[in-house]
Amino acid sequence: MQLKNSKRIAALGIVAAISLTGCASGSGSDGGSDAAADCAPSDGKVELSYTSWIPGIESVVDLWNEENPDIQVTVQTGPNGNGGTYKNFFNQLSAGNAPDLGQIEYDALPNFRVQDGLTNLAGCDIVTESQDSFIDWTWNQVTFGEDDAVYAIPQDTGPMAMYYRADLFEAAGIPVPTTWEEYAAAAAQIRTQGGYITNFPQNDVNWFAGLVWQKDGSWFTNDGEAWDVTLTSPESEEVADYWQGLIEGDLVSKVPAWTDEWNNAYNTGSDWTWISAVWGANSISSGAPDTSGKWAVAPMPQWTAGEEKAGNWGGSSTAVLKGSEHPYEAAKFALWLNTNDEALTMLNKEANLYPATKDGLSLPVLSEGVEFYGNQKIYDIFADAANQTNVDFTWGPTMTQTYADVADGFGEVLGGKGTLNDALTTGQDKTIAALDAAAIPVNK
Amino acid sequence: MSKTIAGAPTAATTPAGTPKSGGAPKEKLASRTAAMIIMGVSTLYFLIPIWWLFISSTKSREQFGSTGALWFADFNLFTNIGDLVAYNDGVYLKWMLNSILYAGTGALLGTLFAAMCGYALAKYRFPGRELIFNVVLGGVLVPATALALPLFLIFSQFNATNTFWSVFLPSIVSPFGVYLARIFAAASVPDELLEAARLDGAGEVRTFFTVSRRLMTPALVTIFLFQFVAIWNNFFLPLIMLRDQTLFPVTLGLYTWNSQVNQIPEIRTFVIIGAFLSIIPLIIAFLSLQRFWRGGLGAGSVK
Repeated sequence: MQLKNSKRIAALGIVAAISLTGCASGSGSDGGSDAAADCAPSDGKVELSYTSWIPGIESVVDLWNEENPDIQVTVQTGPNGNGGTYKNFFNQLSAGNAPDLGQIEYDALPNFRVQDGLTNLAGCDIVTESQDSFIDWTWNQVTFGEDDAVYAIPQDTGPMAMYYRADLFEAAGIPVPTTWEEYAAAAAQIRTQGGYITNFPQNDVNWFAGLVWQKDGSWFTNDGEAWDVTLTSPESEEVADYWQGLIEGDLVSKVPAWTDEWNNAYNTGSDWTWISAVWGANSISSGAPDTSGKWAVAPMPQWTAGEEKAGNWGGSSTAVLKGSEHPYEAAKFALWLNTNDEALTMLNKEANLYPATKDGLSLPVLSEGVEFYGNQKIYDIFADAANQTNVDFTWGPTMTQTYADVADGFGEVLGGKGTLNDALTTGQDKTIAALDAAAIPVNK
Repeated sequence: MSKTIAGAPTAATTPAGTPKSGGAPKEKLASRTAAMIIMGVSTLYFLIPIWWLFISSTKSREQFGSTGALWFADFNLFTNIGDLVAYNDGVYLKWMLNSILYAGTGALLGTLFAAMCGYALAKYRFPGRELIFNVVLGGVLVPATALALPLFLIFSQFNATNTFWSVFLPSIVSPFGVYLARIFAAASVPDELLEAARLDGAGEVRTFFTVSRRLMTPALVTIFLFQFVAIWNNFFLPLIMLRDQTLFPVTLGLYTWNSQVNQIPEIRTFVIIGAFLSIIPLIIAFLSLQRFWRGGLGAGSVK
C-alpha cells in the first residue's frame, strides 16, 4: 500500500501544502435510501475492515480469520465512540472510506440512522433469522421499531442491579431494600451511621436514563415521521423527584464519579450501594480493592413491591456502515462475533462484555461464583435483569448534546441550585432546539 | 506542553541579548523574596504533576487508590513496566517507536526545510519575496487542529489515510520554523561571508550547508525542538487519520486506552506508567539540546 502509493503521496504532499482552505463536510440528514440492501454473497475472497475499541478484540477476530479463509477481517481501532471514533466514522462516511463494520453503542445508533450511515441488513436472511437468538429489547434497539429494517447486530448489554455491602447491611441490621421506598428508608438509617447509601453522579446521565428505563419511561419516541422528546414524561419526573428527595435530605454523596475520590468512597465503606450495570462489577473490584468479599448483588429496587423490572446502562452493537461492498459477509461476521459461544467467551474475558444473546447468558464463564462478591453467582441476577428490561426504550439522535445539557443541570442541583426536574426540562428544550437546528423533524 | 516552553524561542530570537539591568541598584529584599516565592510556586506547580505521575507509576493497582497520592507505597515500577510492555503483544513499544519516528525524522526534515526556506527568504532578493513570507506568517496563525479535517479529506482522495505518510507528511511543514529561520539568518549570516564564499567558488547549496547552516545552528536547534515537541504532542491529526493501532503514536495510543478505563479498570495502570515513560524522550531531548540554546544566546550577544 505504502510503496504502491508513493508517487501519489508525493503529489499529495504538494497539494496538502498549498491547500489551506478548510472545507466543511456536513453530510446531509436526508432520509436517504432506506431500502434493505441486496444481500447476495460475493464471489471469491472478501476482505473486510472492522473498527472497534474493545481491547483485545484482535484475538477474537484472529479466531474468525483462521476458520474463514475466504472472509478476512482486519481490525482497526481508536478511542471509544464519543472519544472520537463516532466523529471519525462520520468523516469517513463523507469521504467514502468508512470501514465495513463499526462498533456503535445503542444510544448513538439513532444518530447514525438519521444521518444515513448504516446499511439496512433486513435483506439478509441470516440476519432476520437470528432475531430470536437476541434478548428482546436489544432487537428493538437495532430496528428502531421499523418494519423490514435491521441496522446493526446487538453485541453486548449492561443490565442493571444493585451492588451492596452485604457486611455493612448485616452489621447495622438494615434489611436489604427491595423497593425504592425501602431504599430511601435504608438511606436515612445509613446516614445516621455516618455513611451514604450511594452516590449521585453528575455526568452519568445515561445511568439516570437507565433508572427511567426501569420505570417503563422513555426519553424519545419516533412515529416514523417525527421525533417526540419526552425527557419530562411522568415516569421521568417521578424518578427525578425521588432522587431530588435523597439529594435534599443529604442522603447521597455527591462526588464526581470515576474519580479517586469516588473510588475512595467505596473503598473506605462510606458509600454502601451502587445501582449499576453488569460491567460495574469490575469497576468496584478495581476501585475498592480493600472491600473484597464484602459485596453482594441484588436486583434493582422496584417501584411497586413484587414487580420484577430492570434498567439498562450501556451496551453496543456491530453495524455494517453505509458503503460496504460486502454486506452479506459483513453480516455473517457480525453474527458470528456476537452469537458464537467461543467468541462471546473471549469477549467476556478480554473486555468484560456481557452478551446480548439469550444463550450467551448461560455461558460457563457467567455461571461461576465471583470471589470479590463472596463467591456469589452474581451473573444469574444480571441474566434475569437482562430479560426484565423493557423493550420499548428509544434513544434520540442527539444524545451527546442531551447528556451534556442534562449533566449541566445535574451539576447545578448538586451545587444546591434548582431541581433535577429543572435539569430535565432544560434538557428537553435544548434537545428539541438541537433537533430542529439539525433539520430533524420533531414535535414541539 | 508546548505552552510551557513558549518563552524559549523569544529568547533565541533576540540576539541582542537580554537587557541587563545597568547599574544594578540595591535590590529590595522584599521584591527579591516575592520573586523567589513566585518562581518557587510556579516550579512546584509544574513539577507536582510529574512527581505524581512518577509516584503513581511505582504503585501496584491495589495501592494506587488506597495510599497517599504523593508518596511511595511498595516500589513496583519495574513490574509495572514489564506488564505494560507485555500487554497486547507489546503494542506500547510500537507506539513509542512510531512517536520517535514521526517526531524525530519529522522534526529533522521539517527543520531542514524551514532552514532552507527561511535562509532563502532572508538572503536572496526576488520578486514576491515579501508576499511568500507573509503567506508563511499567515500559516503561523492557522492552528494545526483546524487543518486536520481538510487534510483528512485530501488524503482520502488519494487513498492515503491510515498510512504512515498521512501523519508524517503534514508534520514536516513548519511555518513558525520558516519565520524563525528567516529572522535568525538575517541577523547572524553576514552578506560579506556569503560574498567571500561565492568568490572562492562555492555553489549556493554548498555555501548553505557548510557556512550558513553552521551560523544558524542555535536557531535550528530551537526549530528542531519546537517541531519535535509539536509532532510528539500532535494528537488530533493522528486521531482523525489513523485506524491501524500499529501506526499510532504514543499520545493517541494512551488516549485510546484511557477512554476504556471505565469499563476495563485494569488498563489504568498502563495508562499512567505509559504516560510517565512517554515524557522521558522529551526530557532527554530538552536536556541534551539545551546547551545549544545557551551557546546561541552567547554568540548573539557578543556580536
